[in-house]
Amino acid sequence: MTTIKIAKSTILYIVLIALAVIFIFPFMWMVVSALKTDVQIFSYQAKFLPDPPQWKNFITAWKQIPLGRYYMNSMFVSGVITVFQVFTSALTAYVFARLYFPYKNVIFILYLGTMMIPTQVTIIPLFMVMRRLGLIDTYAALILPFLAYPYGTFLLKQFFSGIPTDLEDAARIDGYSRLRILFKIVIPLSKPALITLSMLSFMWSWNSFFWPLVVTNSSKRYTVQVGLAMLKNELAMSTEWSMLMAATVITVLPVLIFLIITQKYIIKGISISGLKG
Amino acid sequence: MNTNTALLFRSPLKREDFRTGLLCLLPSAVIVFIFIIFPIFFSLFLSVHEWSILTSEMDFIGLGNFDRMIHSKEFWNTLKNTFVYTMGVVPVGAAASLGLALLLNRKVLASGFFRTAYFLPVITSTIAVAIVWFWIFDTNNGLLNIIIRKFGGTGIPWLSSSKYAMLSIIIVTIWKNAGYHMIILLAGLKAIPDEYYEAAQIDGASAVQKFFSITLPMISPALVFVLITNTIFSFQAFGQIYTMTGGGPSQSTSVIVYYLYQRAFEFQEMGYASAVAWVIFVILLLLTLLQLRLQRKDL
Repeated sequence: MTTIKIAKSTILYIVLIALAVIFIFPFMWMVVSALKTDVQIFSYQAKFLPDPPQWKNFITAWKQIPLGRYYMNSMFVSGVITVFQVFTSALTAYVFARLYFPYKNVIFILYLGTMMIPTQVTIIPLFMVMRRLGLIDTYAALILPFLAYPYGTFLLKQFFSGIPTDLEDAARIDGYSRLRILFKIVIPLSKPALITLSMLSFMWSWNSFFWPLVVTNSSKRYTVQVGLAMLKNELAMSTEWSMLMAATVITVLPVLIFLIITQKYIIKGISISGLKG
Repeated sequence: MNTNTALLFRSPLKREDFRTGLLCLLPSAVIVFIFIIFPIFFSLFLSVHEWSILTSEMDFIGLGNFDRMIHSKEFWNTLKNTFVYTMGVVPVGAAASLGLALLLNRKVLASGFFRTAYFLPVITSTIAVAIVWFWIFDTNNGLLNIIIRKFGGTGIPWLSSSKYAMLSIIIVTIWKNAGYHMIILLAGLKAIPDEYYEAAQIDGASAVQKFFSITLPMISPALVFVLITNTIFSFQAFGQIYTMTGGGPSQSTSVIVYYLYQRAFEFQEMGYASAVAWVIFVILLLLTLLQLRLQRKDL
């Protein structure tokens, strides 16, 4: 009986570990490739570990490629988008969760319905409008279309609706206005939901690619994703693999570590989407 | 506004609510109108026009763009590729995610570590993932072919042959998104009450019986959600294809959104590309309606 149990759990852990290797190994390969010389990369007797590790690859990549610039662009764009999305989502969610407003349920459904419209439909006209306004290759073009986020409204509305109204009722008796209640009571009580939303917004805008690709055309405005894609076109052509991997490591690792630390919130945000449809 | 609402508005509290509501909805409403509603109508307008970059004049051509699409071999090829890609990614991806979720739903030591490991590709950008796999798939010096050669095989031209390129893209996509759907399915599994399994235990049900009579029916709403949303995602695949193959070799990985991108932003055929966008929209709309129907049935 116990031997069967031990055998079973051994198999379970072997499977778990094998899968973990499949998911982690490409990241390790990226790091070790970044630390190799071209000779080591192209040698048929390829060794797994770089010998000796070429730490200077990172410095070369950082100096040769405007990675710092891409970082700043992405940080700025994603930061502004996240702050605004959380703000506009909290305002709208509060209306739908608490306020009296004519036809608010219809408006809510219609608002969520806009999420079903694929970006491909709006992207061409948006591009033409941006070009007409002379906004191509500006931060405005990267940021403006994403200041509102229906899923954020949905997420916060769910959370706001779950907060007991006692405190708010008491505040109303004390003569608080609705807006003051939102900012003094509801928002402070909703920190976990707000962090979840911020993380989702940040991750989404940091990783977005199609629109930034279309609307930028100089390395002055490239986001990290567009910069990386352009870099790949250049470096893969000249088979500078270690340089390409070094640049990828530099741009991926810090954000990846940040997201690993905060993954609890991201996971929560994703779980909610599945449970509620 | 009818008399009914006017009556309701006599309450000063409701009047305050209404005013606050307007104020709160205004910023989002402005953004939605400028960046979603207006572009939709503009896109409809574009789809029945021919827009030339030389004269930048709009010529009304009715359904001309759609007619051109129906007769375009390239269009049908991309639609076929999208279909192949979706059929590859969705069922296998769902099975993989369910497998991961079932494993993590057991009592496992260091389950947090394993979950994080499976979740890593999800929080990494598509572009970074595509670059790393582009290197892994490299025919001459890529990791995968190094391993294959170590075991005595011959290297496979993963991305440089039209026979394997789509398969390679599908593998990467499943690898990247498995952890995402795993999270949704895991939430579904955790929501199944323990009593069900205990009762089955008392009745002497086997593990397989428990899976098919409890787990699968209980998780089917989440599974349907995963299948349909993943299908919708799949119809919009772009980043990994742009980075890894550029639609090639010989158009074998050109999916519909990549086709739209090329038509609109490489060939500047805004009218025609808008017509393609509407085809994508209609397909996604049908899928969404299917999802709503299936979910209602499940509830």
